[in-house]
Amino acid sequence: MSPAKPSTATDDFVRCLWKENPTLVQLLGLCPTLAVTNSVANCLGMGSATMFVLVGSSFLVSVVRKWVPNEVRISAFILIIATFVTVADLALAAVAPGIHKALGAFVALIVVNCIILGRAEAFASRNPVGRSVLDAIGNGIGFTWMMLVMGSIREVLGNGTWLGFRIFGENFEPWVIMILPPGGFLTLGSILLVVGAWKHRQSERLRTRDLALAQEAA
Amino acid sequence: MTGPAQGAPAAPTPPSGPTAGKLIQTLGGLGAVAGLIIVVAYTATLPRIEANKARVLAAAVDEVLGAPARYDTLYVTGDSLARTRPTDGDPASLETVYLGYRADSSIIGFAVTGADPGFSDVVRLIFGYDPRESRVLAMKVLEEKETPGLGDKIEKDTLFVAEFRNAIAPLRGVKRGKGNDSTEIDMITGVTISSRTVIRVINQTLERLGPVLAAHLQGAPQ
Repeated sequence: MSPAKPSTATDDFVRCLWKENPTLVQLLGLCPTLAVTNSVANCLGMGSATMFVLVGSSFLVSVVRKWVPNEVRISAFILIIATFVTVADLALAAVAPGIHKALGAFVALIVVNCIILGRAEAFASRNPVGRSVLDAIGNGIGFTWMMLVMGSIREVLGNGTWLGFRIFGENFEPWVIMILPPGGFLTLGSILLVVGAWKHRQSERLRTRDLALAQEAA
Repeated sequence: MTGPAQGAPAAPTPPSGPTAGKLIQTLGGLGAVAGLIIVVAYTATLPRIEANKARVLAAAVDEVLGAPARYDTLYVTGDSLARTRPTDGDPASLETVYLGYRADSSIIGFAVTGADPGFSDVVRLIFGYDPRESRVLAMKVLEEKETPGLGDKIEKDTLFVAEFRNAIAPLRGVKRGKGNDSTEIDMITGVTISSRTVIRVINQTLERLGPVLAAHLQGAPQ
């Protein structure tokens, strides 16, 4: 919690699930978050591919961190990330061709997902292998569950289904806009608004409590 | 690991930092590891990816020809069809058609692929065609990036897809409900451009290949 206290391995894992969630708080990786969250299946495919690349590249970056000179570290990290993205692309095409087709160019674009280079640069290149992997898994889960929230809202409203299962009756007229690009912006904006308002109220409550405590003490 | 120019202990120490050799070594080493990982992944996934592609195509041929007992792959060479893959020419532009047979070896017709730009990207489709009656047997969209919820109805709207069953070429698109003979295809309301694209792809492909297909059947035993 406080910056003075050294972070523990558990912190590395938990931190990015909510408090420093890559999508919700750091607003990173928004390109796939907006583009491919029009169905829950796409979110699962994108989330697992990103998770795989995150964990793989964090692991390898952490392993080689002592041998990579500062001057070439970005090129080295990008090389490592691009390798894992290629592997993820091939694996997805082999295992889930339908999802691979639906994700289109966005699988290859994982290379430039800021979350991954960000974790490589800010964490994996400075921490031991085990903790880097934990941090990567935490980030991957944080990214994936936010994608799933987006995908659920958009697919349910925009198509009347969840993971392909029809959940409304025959008479439900889908809000087509929700699975079109504007729906991504609307959904993300609404989520950020609600979470922001909630956090604001939390901090207000804490502040008034602290104020009351201070007055009491005085 | 030690680079050049580190020989005698010079009095003023040169600016510290890795040498060029060390940088190249690092990136080269990582590149080799990366290459190895990619090659392993590529060779491991290639058979499955190829199998997936073949399965998708086979399922599509099966669908547009109404479950043929077997089908032959034929290659378009100029104005005739060949059973063997031609060795000359660009393999990327090589066109293939599939000739389907019933269980009693009578001919059902050809499965032909065609493509043309639609509303947002190229629409690729496959259709069954019997040149003896200029009849389209069925149509299936293989690839499209049309607007989800609108343009993609050319693939998902079962009524529209069913319009192509036993339609007589050349096809004409009309407003839904106005079609009364078998050359007229009821288009989807609000999906005019994508609907027209499907019809255009079939007409253009048949304009080009129709005579070739018909000539092949005249030469072949019925």
